[in-house]
Amino acid sequence: MTGAGVRRAGVLAAVAVACALPLFVSNFRLFQFTQVGIYAIALLGLNVLTGFNGQISLGHGAFYALGAYTTAIMIDKWSVPYGWTIPVAGFLCLVVGFLFGIPALRLEGLYLALATFALALAIPQILKYFEHWTGGSQGIVLSKPKAPFGLKLSPDQWLYFVTLAVLLVLFWLGANLLRGRTGRAIVAIRDNPIAAQAMGVNNALYKSLTFGVSAAYTGVAGALSALAIAFVAPDAFNVFLSITLLVGIVIGGLASITGAVFGALFIQFVPNWAQDISKAAPWAIYGIFLILFMYAMPRGIAGSLRLAWVRLARARAGTGRAG
Amino acid sequence: MDIFVQQVVSGLSTGGIYGSLALALVMIYQATDVVNYAQGEMAMFSTYLAWTMINAGLPYWVAFFATLTVAFVGGLLIERVVIRPVERAPLLTIVIVCIGLLVILNSVAGWIYSYIQKPFPSPFPEKPIQIGNVFFGAHDIGALGVTLVVLLFLYVFFRYTTLGLAMRAAAQNPTSSRLCGIRVGWMLGVGWGLAALVGAVAGMMVAPVVFLDPNMMAGILIYAFASATLGGFTSPLGAVVGGLLVGVIENLVGTYVSFIVTELKLTVALAVILIVLVVKPSGLFGRVAVHRV
Repeated sequence: MTGAGVRRAGVLAAVAVACALPLFVSNFRLFQFTQVGIYAIALLGLNVLTGFNGQISLGHGAFYALGAYTTAIMIDKWSVPYGWTIPVAGFLCLVVGFLFGIPALRLEGLYLALATFALALAIPQILKYFEHWTGGSQGIVLSKPKAPFGLKLSPDQWLYFVTLAVLLVLFWLGANLLRGRTGRAIVAIRDNPIAAQAMGVNNALYKSLTFGVSAAYTGVAGALSALAIAFVAPDAFNVFLSITLLVGIVIGGLASITGAVFGALFIQFVPNWAQDISKAAPWAIYGIFLILFMYAMPRGIAGSLRLAWVRLARARAGTGRAG
Repeated sequence: MDIFVQQVVSGLSTGGIYGSLALALVMIYQATDVVNYAQGEMAMFSTYLAWTMINAGLPYWVAFFATLTVAFVGGLLIERVVIRPVERAPLLTIVIVCIGLLVILNSVAGWIYSYIQKPFPSPFPEKPIQIGNVFFGAHDIGALGVTLVVLLFLYVFFRYTTLGLAMRAAAQNPTSSRLCGIRVGWMLGVGWGLAALVGAVAGMMVAPVVFLDPNMMAGILIYAFASATLGGFTSPLGAVVGGLLVGVIENLVGTYVSFIVTELKLTVALAVILIVLVVKPSGLFGRVAVHRV
């Protein structure tokens, strides 16, 4: 089978497993997998920016928060049907991300990382300051949406399928975006901005747009998380969220679409395992996991899989020639 | 006017602490291009060691210098054991290892010493010092003094000793330095050790003010990032000046601008930095990176 064939089969198998999952696991486990889906969307967004475009952001928690609060406020204040709040959250983040991307054009590498870090730090404080809209430290309580059309699904199951559907659409869009002309421009800017410009790529426009698209993905993830958890509060969107997202893309694999899913599984489940191993110092275990993971797979899970695949193919080609 | 002078001096004192931690960050950054996110937790851990020694009955200054020694060795070992295996890995991989280190140190400190805040002694008298009719906190003045002594020590070390010269060479051009017989790997280790030492001083000077707890350095580290960014990550002097500026700005804004409540103080400091970055992208004293086409 060819590489593309294997990949297609793998994606189809993964989707089939994901669709069948609600039949086999409890509501609580399912909720955790919904969270994995949500993280995967956010990680793909961050990966487009950091992995493919080379702009490091330590502040994507801010867009996650913006998406979540957009949904929460629209439902809470204006009783908008929840389905409509997701695209609005994505669009709002697209605009804000694009605007944030313009001053960010002047910053490179570390300075951009720190500027976005400042954004992540400021978010909980800003949310608490606009108490009238955001409910201050108390946050906003929502109710979980019920399954429509009389479907016999629990709210957790319904949200799982909604998340899965959004995830598939966004991954499909993302894959197409990155495969084509636009994707090549995005990657070219990362690898050699001057050469990209010489080839006629409008660096400034593409970089800001990438920032916008990345923010939109993360915002949609935030909106879904507000629905899944049915609660938003400022302290849920602290710096640690932004750092967790960065950990997710590096562990999953930079500049890889499937890497987003691996990374999401890691950041959702490994902290829980660490908790099971040691109640006293779970984060120490998590830290050790992180470091060992980076020793074993410096290019992330997707990077290691790719390497293994190449080696396998080469070995097979070798034996083929010998035989 | 009295209040103004008082606030400026107290701002310089905390600013000195931000500046030293910023300097520790810049030292590692210049040598390896890595921002050490675990710097603050390393300082926190050293401060806990000092607390243990003082509680065991050692005099303050004995514990102080013993802590500096342990911090130096600890920093060196961390570089040699934890960072070295990923030396050649992509930058973000190293960043994640530093984050791993951060959560480990934080969690282990919480496990050993619990998350309850502990008072930490100051070596300086409690009685404020009066000059004219302005009162200054003795700890403020003392901490500023200690910080300045450490900075002077570092300056002399890097400027006038062979080891300091070798370290600067290793940071600037590893390949040529290696050809001259400098053991670049060990120079990096010593750099981490010195950075840990400077961080330990900052930790011990700030602990009497913010109290000792495993999360005490989180806020300080953020201000240190801000200071280093403001001054320029490529300039040690810039880091210190940036620290002093951030300390003073933070204090004056808190005193004179009434709608800025305490919760928004951090946001204001960050906004100032963002504005500086947009106007001067490599900080006030930083070198502008020039790319070859």
